[in-house]
Amino acid sequence: MDYIKLIEQKELKSEPPEFRVGDSVKVHVKVSEGDKDRIQVFSGMVIAMKGGGAGSTFTVRKISDGIGVERIFPLHSPVVGKVEVVRRGRVRRAKLYYLRARKGKAARVEEKTQS
Amino acid sequence: MVEGLIGRKVGMTQVFDGDGAVMPCTVLQAGPCVVVQKREKTRDGYEAVQLGLVEPVKVKKTTKALQGHFAKANLPPTRRLREFRLLPGAEAPAVGDKVAVTLFKPKDHVDIIGTSKGKGFQGVMKRHHFRGGAASHGSMFHRAPGSIGSSAFPSRTFPGMRMAGRMGGDRVTVKNLEVLRIDEENNLLVVRGAVPGATGAYLTIRKSRAPIKVKQPPQRPAAPAKGAKTAAKVAAKGAAKK
Repeated sequence: MDYIKLIEQKELKSEPPEFRVGDSVKVHVKVSEGDKDRIQVFSGMVIAMKGGGAGSTFTVRKISDGIGVERIFPLHSPVVGKVEVVRRGRVRRAKLYYLRARKGKAARVEEKTQS
Repeated sequence: MVEGLIGRKVGMTQVFDGDGAVMPCTVLQAGPCVVVQKREKTRDGYEAVQLGLVEPVKVKKTTKALQGHFAKANLPPTRRLREFRLLPGAEAPAVGDKVAVTLFKPKDHVDIIGTSKGKGFQGVMKRHHFRGGAASHGSMFHRAPGSIGSSAFPSRTFPGMRMAGRMGGDRVTVKNLEVLRIDEENNLLVVRGAVPGATGAYLTIRKSRAPIKVKQPPQRPAAPAKGAKTAAKVAAKGAAKK
């Protein structure tokens, strides 16, 4: 029996949010200020998904006021709530790091049509 | 009850705490252990208990001497034996009693003793954190130890001078690791942070002896209430007048 997996199993979400690299998403993040909890939305494109088990993360990139902003979320973190998929993208690689070097129109990803 | 038990390192992973913060942790298989022998004040001069980690071991593989030792306790042989003190004021368990992870609770602090991974023959930079020299710009001094002492006086290198040599494989104690999770069914203990040794290494796990030092913010004397000083002055003046 793999005891590491056993411990990790309890950390994992039973229904992890479903999305893929290239999708435009809205991540609902729980932010606690003092004793109040509130939901903050971070919307952008998923450019990478990394790791497995309890340590898996995904990276969301957006352009905020002309500046590229990336945030890495732990997939199974209780802080990460709902992940809404706004638009499915058609991409041909697992990591979209090439988008970092592109701006404006060049930094687009084609929308996925029925496959 | 005893203050600790024998365990093995299973590996590292991470868990989330209540606030969603990621905590790196090590999974340990802690016990179950059996009491093989007792040390008594009258006979041995101190009180302790010898524990064995319950693991299937062939009787044939154990030495005759150990076979006799286990026969005395009427127990099957175990691979590892280690002595543990009793918790202050605790009753000594009887020979044959089991000790399990239930000894610990989440939020407890434990000390873990093990043998660090062997690193082989290492230079002075890795072994003792010497600075070394510049890598480039014509430097001809890179990772060498440099001077190891003076010349004609004392005409020798002092003992204990830090030099290259075998690194790792030492007994290491890591103190005050927080217990994060416990799995009684599988005898698992999850502690925060890293633990010496490779996966599968045998470890001694015991309750922390040293109290945990919590950093207190520096105490500042309470600021006197506004106007208190002048009030005191006025009072003093009034007293002088009288």
